[in-house]
Amino acid sequence: MAQLRLKHTAVKAIYSVIPKMVYKTHDYPYFSEDEAKMFANTTGIIERRVAATNVTASDMCFKAAQTLLEDMNCHHEIDLLVFVTQSPDYFLPASAAILQDKLGLPKTCMAFDVNLGCSGYVHGLLLANRYLQQGGLRKVLLLAGDKSTISTHEQDKTAFPLFGDAGSATLLEYDAKGKDWFFDAGTDGSGANAIIIEAGHSRMPYQSFDDQDIEVAPGVIRSKKHLAIDGMAVFNFALKNVPKSINNVLDLAKLRTEQLDYLVLHQANQLITDSIRKKMNLPKEKCPSSIGNFGNTSSASIPLTLCSELSEALKKERLCLLLCGFGVGFSWASLLLSTHNVATKLLEYD
Amino acid sequence: MEIDDFIIAIEEEFDNLNPGDVSPNSVFRNMEGWSSMHALIFVALIDSKYDVLLNGDELKSCVTINDLFDITRLKLNGGAAKA
Repeated sequence: MAQLRLKHTAVKAIYSVIPKMVYKTHDYPYFSEDEAKMFANTTGIIERRVAATNVTASDMCFKAAQTLLEDMNCHHEIDLLVFVTQSPDYFLPASAAILQDKLGLPKTCMAFDVNLGCSGYVHGLLLANRYLQQGGLRKVLLLAGDKSTISTHEQDKTAFPLFGDAGSATLLEYDAKGKDWFFDAGTDGSGANAIIIEAGHSRMPYQSFDDQDIEVAPGVIRSKKHLAIDGMAVFNFALKNVPKSINNVLDLAKLRTEQLDYLVLHQANQLITDSIRKKMNLPKEKCPSSIGNFGNTSSASIPLTLCSELSEALKKERLCLLLCGFGVGFSWASLLLSTHNVATKLLEYD
Repeated sequence: MEIDDFIIAIEEEFDNLNPGDVSPNSVFRNMEGWSSMHALIFVALIDSKYDVLLNGDELKSCVTINDLFDITRLKLNGGAAKA
């Protein structure tokens, strides 16, 4: 069972980067006025940020990391760089290696990508802890970001207006006196087709398939190289597994829901996060939401929500947070952690 | 669990519905502008009100509001839905 008690790790800083370009739900040309209203009311998405054609997820994470490292003045102490993304720069090499060089990190620094989406940030925090826990490494830089808008077809009403782009950088270090963290995770690969880009990799290389656009449902046009999402399957998966995982973590920590300062959920859509929040009997103010301004930003949604909604509290208060990422795979992960004096910044990518 | 409460909850959920617009025999996919978003809202409403989670196949097996009510009641009472 993937449940763990974690020791000796502190989060020192979380920086997030969003593109400047704003796409508003009401301006989406394939929605009628009523459809746009219903989409905004149901998903919570009023607007989202979309990266320019020449900007990648690694570029946004680079800006977040570069600013963070300058502010913290700790380039030379980074012993591990983890880049969580499903939109890397290339098939190979790993984007983390390119980022190690661009950021001027020491050549003694390990660097690798993690191919996870919405659950990836929480898995990344676990990885950071695993490497730091023994005290062998000094600091870990966790980057999490995606450019999901590169994968969605403009005429797919189920996907195109849902996703936004963002990048993030989180600095973690060994902390001998840090409070214990608690972790729970799971996988259900039977849901692999619920969020998928079928073509372009080994199973269906580009030269082997017909990439013509198909109207798969009224108002839903895409090809096999585009991201497809089955909203009903995702909703069912999330409601079945996420509350259970959150309760597993609370049980491990011997805490009650009301002892949490905040539950920070992956910003899938408001219908899902509200349904989970209600199942956990938490008031709205304990479950911060950023989806209205940024859409679903995949692996970046949790750090982005922390930066945009909890910046002051992270800096000034001692917090007991429960973070839960869930989605593509299906994959999910929950982490209960304590934070104190965490620096945050929310930056725009020019 | 009464069908009248079920119908009231549905009428309250959608802005374009007024009291009396929905009956047990209403075909829910004939709602104006029906889309996959409506389907999600129905499933979320049923989960929130009755703690019953309908999957896509179960929803597909329903035609009328009464079908939705029946499958929800069946699952609420621990029965397996035919889907």
